[in-house]
Amino acid sequence: MTALEQTQTASTSAGMPAITYNFAYLDEQTKRMIRRAILKAIAIPGYQVPFASREMPMPYGWGTGGVQVTAAILGMDDVLKVIDQGSDDTTNAVAIRGFFETTAPGVATTTRTQDATVIQTRHRVPEQQLQAHQVLVYQVPIPEPLRFLEPRETETRKLHALADYGLMHVKLYEDIARHGHIATTYAYPVEVDGRYVMDPSPIPKFDNPKMDDSPALQLFGAGREKRIYAIPPHTRVVPLDFEDHPFKVQHFAKPCALCAATGVYLDEVILDDRGGRMFVCSDTDYCNTRQAEGHRGEMSALPEAAE
Amino acid sequence: MYVAVKGGETAIRNAHALLAETRRGDTSVPEIGIDQISEQLTLAVDRVMSEGSLYDRPLASLAIKQARGDLIEAIFLVRAFRTTLPRFGYCEPVDTAQMRVERRISATYKDIPGGQVLGPTFDYTHRLLDPTLAGTTTEPPAPARAETEDGAPMPRVTDLLGDEGLIEAAPSTGEYPRDLTREPLSFPADRPLRLQNLARGDEGFLLSLGYSTQRGYARTHPFVGEIRFGEVEVELFVEELGFAVPLGPINVTECQMVTQFKGSSAEPPKFTRGYGLVFGQSERKAMSVALVDRALRFKELGEEQSAPAQDEEFVLSHSDNVQATGFVEHLKLPHYVDFQAELDLVRRMRAEHTDPVHGDARQEAAE
Repeated sequence: MTALEQTQTASTSAGMPAITYNFAYLDEQTKRMIRRAILKAIAIPGYQVPFASREMPMPYGWGTGGVQVTAAILGMDDVLKVIDQGSDDTTNAVAIRGFFETTAPGVATTTRTQDATVIQTRHRVPEQQLQAHQVLVYQVPIPEPLRFLEPRETETRKLHALADYGLMHVKLYEDIARHGHIATTYAYPVEVDGRYVMDPSPIPKFDNPKMDDSPALQLFGAGREKRIYAIPPHTRVVPLDFEDHPFKVQHFAKPCALCAATGVYLDEVILDDRGGRMFVCSDTDYCNTRQAEGHRGEMSALPEAAE
Repeated sequence: MYVAVKGGETAIRNAHALLAETRRGDTSVPEIGIDQISEQLTLAVDRVMSEGSLYDRPLASLAIKQARGDLIEAIFLVRAFRTTLPRFGYCEPVDTAQMRVERRISATYKDIPGGQVLGPTFDYTHRLLDPTLAGTTTEPPAPARAETEDGAPMPRVTDLLGDEGLIEAAPSTGEYPRDLTREPLSFPADRPLRLQNLARGDEGFLLSLGYSTQRGYARTHPFVGEIRFGEVEVELFVEELGFAVPLGPINVTECQMVTQFKGSSAEPPKFTRGYGLVFGQSERKAMSVALVDRALRFKELGEEQSAPAQDEEFVLSHSDNVQATGFVEHLKLPHYVDFQAELDLVRRMRAEHTDPVHGDARQEAAE
């Protein structure tokens, strides 16, 4: 029994009015308000649109922004995929998928990237190239790329209005002066459509190039901070860098230990307490698909042993 | 051989089943009823209604039961329900001068029209654990009630000061207040918006901020002009009828702080206001709100900004415990993708640190 059903039963049994929820939890008025914010965000790529974020039945910081965006755009014919850290099976992805299965009956869910029309994600962009009919919804904790350089919203909004991104360039320069290279590995700031500097959410910088010129619509929801922003399809997205220190993505020395994929983002898995470790695809659907196609890594189980 | 982590769904289901069992506790002990919570843990219910921004005793009691007594979790439950409710309209301002008072005290005057009414209070109790409460107690003797006649006037102390012009008029923006729950908060926020934010803010956070103003961080020389707790009528103006209809009574606590103001070349010295209004009985919260409200008014009163309690962005952005607990606790969520990126960077930097020239090459060889 889900928490939602529990509430309903308990309240009715205690003689209270029955508690009912709209399709996809939010009332239609709220969905309209969110859609308006989304449209504005699409019209001004990379600009953070304030919206009247609602309390959701999951905690702030756990994907309430992404959930509200998804709830606002979800229709009966949609197929939803939810990933966290690239995986459909991580606890929070399971919880959010379960939330929509309960509150949006009729909407199909999937773990297969290619079958999904709406993909809600935390911390990753799927390895497989997204298509024009797909929407990628990012969960965003801190939408303001300048927040850790300037804590005041009143100031950062001014800086965006003036396109004054000197602070960020100085920060990146100081990284180079101190470490010899830029020491930002995730949530790496990007410039969108030649105008706004944007936080791509805490995806590894490995995923930044996938945002550029993507055929899919990319939406970003920050519930606690009450901001929505967007990258329309086929928009130029450029990570900030310097001519003599160009942007570089992480490189993994070995292929995935399960499916032998290269050029993908890998998770490090500790195998024992003697330094044994393996590297496997962070995108579980991508890895499973490759294994189903017969690709084998150096540590894959034999097919029968894996069952 | 490694098999990728699976089974999150089953694990979550099992964890929730365990939670339900733990919530119930020892089944040989009778289950606590919503009515018991509502009647005997009244102040907990008041806090949940107040910070949950929903005046509904049974629902707040249910939330407390479901949350195993964790009040912030209960507030969260109430908020998540409240947000789905349709809006019919906005009620008329409640008139606290017409309150059916259960408690009313002033620290600025010895006696006031309508009198000082102590009411149900912890004040002046000796904080000694009472072993007689451990068992089932006999019914407490009926208390003597103050002889206030129904309808006897109980003017607000600040109104008495106002008649003499000693205190500023209640400041008004003249505009209809915006609704914090329907619009995103933006800065600078006007006073109605700030008061809305404080009214649903975390009691502990506001208590500490209020306390800090008493210890010299934005000192405002406060006096409790008046605290009153009791029942007020909520009314809704119905367009079709052309008049306001009563929706029912609610209990509120109101605190009017009276603080000093030097005056300026344009204005003679006078007292200024700090205001707090919360659902239910919570003097601690109402007083804290009033202190912080006054501190946040530094700009309009031409005071210097020097302390955290005056910092509007800082106070209003961090007062909400549902937001705060969510974001602090989200650190429990998996972060291994980002951690992997940091691991890689730290390893590379360590390699460079040991051998600045060949660090990069060595690291690549090591991989």
